Amino acid sequence: MVLLVQYTLIFASVLLLVALGGCFSEHSGVINIGLEGIMVMGALGGALAMKYMPAGCGSVLMVLAVVLCSMAAGCLFSLLLAVAAVNFNADQTIVGTAMNMLGTAAATMIVKAINTVENPDNVSSTIQYFDQKKAFQISLGGIELNWFMLLAVIALAVSFVVLYRTRFGLRLQACGEHPQAADSVGIDVYKMRYAGVLLSGLLGGLGGVVYITAGVSEWKFENGVAGFGFLSLAVMIFGQWKPQRIALAALLFGLFRALSNVYTGFDFLVALNLPSPVYNMLPYIISLIVLAFTSKKSRAPKAEGIPYDKGSR
Amino acid sequence: MKNSLLKKDGFQTLLASVMCILVGLLVGYIALLLINPGGAWTAISAIIKNFFYYPSGAARLRYLGNTLVKTAPLLLCSLSVLFAYKVGLFNIGAAGQFVVGAGASLYCALGLGLPWYVCLLAAILAGAIAGAISGVLKAYCNVNEVISCIMLNWISLYGVNMLLNLVKEETSPYTKNLKNVNPGALLPSLGLGELFSGSQYVTIAIPIAIVMAVLIWVVLSKTKLGYELKATGNNKNAAKYAGMQENRNLILTMAIAGGLAGMAAALLYLTGFEQWSCSQSSVPGMGFNGIAAAFLGGLNPIGAIFSSYFIQHITAGGAYVDKTMYCAQVSDFISSIIIYLCGFVLFVKLSLNNRIARSEEKKATKQAGSSEKGGKK
Repeated sequence: MVLLVQYTLIFASVLLLVALGGCFSEHSGVINIGLEGIMVMGALGGALAMKYMPAGCGSVLMVLAVVLCSMAAGCLFSLLLAVAAVNFNADQTIVGTAMNMLGTAAATMIVKAINTVENPDNVSSTIQYFDQKKAFQISLGGIELNWFMLLAVIALAVSFVVLYRTRFGLRLQACGEHPQAADSVGIDVYKMRYAGVLLSGLLGGLGGVVYITAGVSEWKFENGVAGFGFLSLAVMIFGQWKPQRIALAALLFGLFRALSNVYTGFDFLVALNLPSPVYNMLPYIISLIVLAFTSKKSRAPKAEGIPYDKGSR
Repeated sequence: MKNSLLKKDGFQTLLASVMCILVGLLVGYIALLLINPGGAWTAISAIIKNFFYYPSGAARLRYLGNTLVKTAPLLLCSLSVLFAYKVGLFNIGAAGQFVVGAGASLYCALGLGLPWYVCLLAAILAGAIAGAISGVLKAYCNVNEVISCIMLNWISLYGVNMLLNLVKEETSPYTKNLKNVNPGALLPSLGLGELFSGSQYVTIAIPIAIVMAVLIWVVLSKTKLGYELKATGNNKNAAKYAGMQENRNLILTMAIAGGLAGMAAALLYLTGFEQWSCSQSSVPGMGFNGIAAAFLGGLNPIGAIFSSYFIQHITAGGAYVDKTMYCAQVSDFISSIIIYLCGFVLFVKLSLNNRIARSEEKKATKQAGSSEKGGKK
């Protein structure tokens, strides 16, 4: 039971962070299918930080370095989408799909290159961070928590305040709802959309490193992040593009995802005798059903996915 | 003269695709240089050469055959993507429909011992159903097809792994060898294999794929059905107003697209070229490469034949890079750069057309100006 809570919280923080990222991007009017690729890149940034930080640097410094590196990597990678979608009116779905493939391919190439330089016989795409990982963990009454959960909660609070209580957030949302109107009152739509996409890169990158440190202490980059970026998109849609509802959705999806890791600990689930792939499928099946029932009255930003053209005002 | 050629849409598309390929290869080359400058040129030329790696003509032919064996399913996947895209739907689910097709065809072949044509039909049907689910969700529940397709990709992967676990070899995670268990399920070769140094994997799959490309071209540009589907894609409400059944059209489109992707899997796995690994944890890349091929081919079924071949050519070429320095993912890297660049094609075309229009306008005003002057004199 403790394990279930622990895994639910950690997966929920991943989904929350990445879905909030998607939320910023979509509120600015850019669909971000490339979250999966952004997560991989962020994970790579974080993993490399863990690999190269000196062993005795203290846990505060380690956490800080990993967080900053993963955010920077995600942010940098999301520039690919920002440039294409804002400056070149590119089809955002194609670009996002390309970014997902690119993220995994590039990360694999980079890690393999690093591994072969260190040891010519090592052609794997795995980075290990068994000792470094301990810096993130805190024990609280028998439950293993980690600092990322706190970060996710902070990100939630900040996102809520930024989106609804600041000038920047309201302007950002205006650009996703009606960019022409926003432009007519002097808001720079291009700048706002850049901000939205880069913020999604920031949060997506952080989500990536949280994901690869959840429960495991090495990561094979060939596998990417196994559809978690897409799952986050489903969380965002289920959360109706609102931070507080996204948080609830993330908890629900996190619970189902956690079940596949720990179902063997529950007697009644073992008694059902379902093969383990069923539990792997569960989060996706649930999200499909949930989407089928909630999409009818979708509150998606109205102008998302449409390149902004000043001339068509 | 030069301008009139540049103005042609087909030529522009071709130009854009060639540019995407060149820039993609260049970026790939730069990445190789960054990893290890010493062998970069050998590696990139190995990727481009692919089967020319072998010195003897017979071996080259055999490996050309192998590349073609995998081009056929890729072509069908790209047809699946482009058919849906022409109707305004982004079928990122081709990967999952491919998986379902693989499950259906292999289970029919290994589990039920059915002949190849039944297995092929089963794959098409399974893919079509998977596609239709996304279509129904889109039509009646307003679920974005991209999201539902992605969810279905993962559901299909785990489901098919579970199904094919029933017919796998005892000692390995792979499904049983088709040739030993049920040779009747292998696609017939009709002597085509002889053309490629007796390759046992070259079958009627290749001509079938090409016929399908032509068929899709005919359906899309010459039939009433194609016209209706495209009209629905352009404007759902206008199509409804004109008396078309827009929901039926949406579902039909996704079913056809799914059927094509399912067929792709049958054309690959029923050649015996590959066995399904029941422990794979990521969706096979065939469907995603189909997206690359579809856009690189300028969203034209005939163009897709050539672009599919090209994508498969460099993917197969990736196997020949020096593994002590680089990894086979270089090819994936190059294809993903190419897809990324395809996103810019529209913009490039638009600015090219603007430029031509502007220079023509200039010429026209110049001519008008000089003739006016001439008139005054």
